[in-house]
Amino acid sequence: MDPYLRVEDLRVSFNTTDGVVRAVDGLSFSVERGRTLGVVGESGSGKSVTSLAILGLHDPRRATVTGGITVGGRQLIGRPESEVRRLRGRDAAMIFQDPLSALHPYYPVGRQIAEAYRVHHRGAGRAETRRRVIELLDRVGIPQPGRRYDQYPHEFSGGMRQRVMIAMALVNDPDLLIADEPTTALDVTVQAQILELLADLQAESGTAIVLITHDLGVVSQVADEVLVMYAGRAVEQGTVEQVLLRPQHPYTWGLLSSVPSLRGDAEADLRPIPGNPPSLIDVPAGCAFHPRCRYAEHTAGRCGTELPELRAAGTAGHRVACHLRTEERARRYAEDVARVGVAR
Amino acid sequence: MSERAERQDRRLAGRSPGQLAWLRLRRDRTALVSGAVLTLFVLVACGASLIELAYGIDPRDQFQGKLDGSGMPLGYAGGISTEHFFGLEPGLGRDIFIRLVHGLRWSLVIALAAAVLTAVIGVVLGTLAGYLGGWLDAVVSWITDLTLAMPFLVVALALTPTVTLRFYGQRDAVPPAFGIAVLIAIFAVFGWTSTARLVRGQVIALREREFVEAARASGAGLGHMLFRQLLPNIWAPILVSFSLAVPQFITGEAALSFIGVGLGEEIPSFGRMIYQSLEYLQTDPAFVFFPGVTIFALVFAFNLFGDALRDALDPKSVR
Amino acid sequence: MTDAATPEPLLRVRGLTKHFPARGGRRRSGPVRAVDGLDFEVRAGETLGLVGESGCGKTTTGRLLVRLLEPTGGSIEFAGRDITHAGRRKLRPLRPDLQIIFQDPYASLNPRHTVGRIIAMPLQVNGITPAGGRKARVRELMELVGLNPEHYDRYPHEFSGGQRQRIGIARALAPGPRLVVADEPVSALDVSIQAQVVNLLRDLQRELGLAFVFIAHDLAVVRHFCQRVAVMYLGRIVEIGARDDIYERPRHPYTRALLSAVPEVTRSGPADRIRLTGDVPSALDPPSGCRFRTRCPKARDRCSVEEPALTRRDGADQAIACHYPEPEPGAVG
Repeated sequence: MDPYLRVEDLRVSFNTTDGVVRAVDGLSFSVERGRTLGVVGESGSGKSVTSLAILGLHDPRRATVTGGITVGGRQLIGRPESEVRRLRGRDAAMIFQDPLSALHPYYPVGRQIAEAYRVHHRGAGRAETRRRVIELLDRVGIPQPGRRYDQYPHEFSGGMRQRVMIAMALVNDPDLLIADEPTTALDVTVQAQILELLADLQAESGTAIVLITHDLGVVSQVADEVLVMYAGRAVEQGTVEQVLLRPQHPYTWGLLSSVPSLRGDAEADLRPIPGNPPSLIDVPAGCAFHPRCRYAEHTAGRCGTELPELRAAGTAGHRVACHLRTEERARRYAEDVARVGVAR
Repeated sequence: MSERAERQDRRLAGRSPGQLAWLRLRRDRTALVSGAVLTLFVLVACGASLIELAYGIDPRDQFQGKLDGSGMPLGYAGGISTEHFFGLEPGLGRDIFIRLVHGLRWSLVIALAAAVLTAVIGVVLGTLAGYLGGWLDAVVSWITDLTLAMPFLVVALALTPTVTLRFYGQRDAVPPAFGIAVLIAIFAVFGWTSTARLVRGQVIALREREFVEAARASGAGLGHMLFRQLLPNIWAPILVSFSLAVPQFITGEAALSFIGVGLGEEIPSFGRMIYQSLEYLQTDPAFVFFPGVTIFALVFAFNLFGDALRDALDPKSVR
Repeated sequence: MTDAATPEPLLRVRGLTKHFPARGGRRRSGPVRAVDGLDFEVRAGETLGLVGESGCGKTTTGRLLVRLLEPTGGSIEFAGRDITHAGRRKLRPLRPDLQIIFQDPYASLNPRHTVGRIIAMPLQVNGITPAGGRKARVRELMELVGLNPEHYDRYPHEFSGGQRQRIGIARALAPGPRLVVADEPVSALDVSIQAQVVNLLRDLQRELGLAFVFIAHDLAVVRHFCQRVAVMYLGRIVEIGARDDIYERPRHPYTRALLSAVPEVTRSGPADRIRLTGDVPSALDPPSGCRFRTRCPKARDRCSVEEPALTRRDGADQAIACHYPEPEPGAVG
């Protein structure tokens, strides 16, 4: 089957007074219907910029977007705004991190969802729209949807608001859902509910989901595939089992070993990655991660000069952008896990 | 670290937010031009006496000999000549240029004094009300609302003569300094509210910031809180509001003088000059032109500079 | 380690309460019961974690401890002195002993001050001049938290989030405190930076023998930092005990649910998850009886009538506020 979303060599840059910010620099991935891709990265990795680019939400006066974004077989980049807008909300929808700022404070939530519906269903009558919205509110787990329809955003709790956002995103039965840190602002018990809801809805409708998050735990719970981003580029890509259980890139190793866990030795030190993520105005030459990578010295200087391409590594479908040779990588990783527990 | 990053690092290292604003201001062409114009105006105002000396004409000198029978200046364009750069007034025959120079001086003195006074009152009341809150805040807000509710022109019209009469008799000559003081006082009484509101809002926003809480948690007293923690963070909006208040007071002074409650005849003033010149709008347009253009240029330059200052101090504000 | 016979605790909190007056709203309502009767102790050199979801009152508690907020009721005793309603003057001699680290590395540093001035602030405010001078002490502190002392004259905007948090830590350490309240000190940081700061705090805690009240919503971070943990829900402590007891043998249903909701990389699927329904109720109008009962899978009639007190079994350290706690492992039944 052809993937529903295909992103090819996406590049997004912003002109600022301090210089050109290359927020996304040659990113390719694809998502099939009914699958969830987790995009993982720290702040400044370009993950949110990517999500906005997929929906054509960048201001063309500020951002330069090149490459290819195909949604349901249609190429988006370079199309007029009116065409992209038709796609937005109907074929592809977005859930934001902060539902309070994404909802209008002065309109009842039902009306806001109804409006999103009518934009793409011109002929829909008032009663029919209301029925549809209430049915959706019910489906996303909002109790008393008929009464809740007429309430304002401030009358909802954080978790309920995020459910409203999800209802709004789903009102036109999109085939692609982009969720940008959908649970970051929520408590863990509510996060668990929302993640479960997303999974249930996906099982029902076969939506393709791009889940953008910094939380490796969230990704491991709901994603099928994972894309790890660093400084605007993909450094590792594969299934959840491949990337999170058999990671190949030193950055992924570092991330995984620096996350505190509920298991294991609580007295042992965490193993952070040294240094800070790079400024996107001045990305290090070669592999952007090399100044923080403890293995950079083993590639005869290639890491500092040559940009590593994503190449197959490990099992089928697993790809990594690193100059270390596969055998050497496996050996060093095993050694370091045994010796210091990785990272650094 | 790459060489470029290192260079950038060194270039930006140790720059305070104030220095960064100064850098941005220097890069702004509008700021440069309006700043230069303002500097010129201020220099002229400061050197008014020197200019008078070099020019050789007193603002009160009357050149009746250079007027025709109906009191209109001889020569072209209101009598412009090498002796009288901007020509002469019809009727009294006084030199317009030197009167403008003096008018500029008094206009700036009044506007700057009023702006400084309003800024001081506004900052003191605004910070105290914002930081301490409670009854003090309620009282200050109440006075602010009361002041805003009073119609400026009506009060100024009613108050100026009353105050003058309180100190001087019906026929006494009122010294010019007294008129200036009354004007400044009126502007100060009406002008502090906007600064106070601005400062109060800023302080309330800052009060909840964690760095302020950090100082409180360390046991900092009121003085430290206000002068070390809060004020350094609000001088930027205070400066902007100051630079935008000055042109307001310039036009305010001109307007009051225009309707006759501002400065009297003893002191040259933009408002008086424009008022007198309106009679000659048809016959001697040069008389209207020079004071009009001067006050326009002055106010325009101040406003442009104020806007540029705001952009430099707050780079996030997008026009 | 946490024997009841140890000497006087450094911090003793009894029945601590903070009610905020409810503002606005259409109906007249009672106060927001942000913190509603807390009892806990922190011994010198001990780290206590306060965990809970938003609205549980953990941040308010932190603010109360350093007396940024005035308690409505209860008492706070620090180093043997009652500071519940102490004014600025009375607190003054204790201020250097009691410091706070904030969550937001951007808002917590005065943007108009140099790093040197920021770190020296608690010294300046309290009139402390260490041997060798303030500047030398600040440089020493910068070194201690992993900052380059050369950057003494730089401004906060020139630092990354992680470095800024180090500045905040150095400021808190400047007057040589005995107890540090850390309010979500790493939650605003990137994953790879979080670990750096957690390690730094741990090293400093051990090296300087500091006591910590560590407030966080991230259970895994708390587990790595704290010896004792208190779980809060709607202004109350529902369970408190030694770290391993709380994490390995949680007895309150809320603690269990909270722990099972944490998405872990190593865990596959949500199979063993205890699913809580709904959100945390409003602190304006907390449920009657046990506050957790509206979401509790084990709630019975008694829970809505009678509020369970935080009780510990004789000799045990772990205390639970629940009518029907999980049986202790090893206990019969």
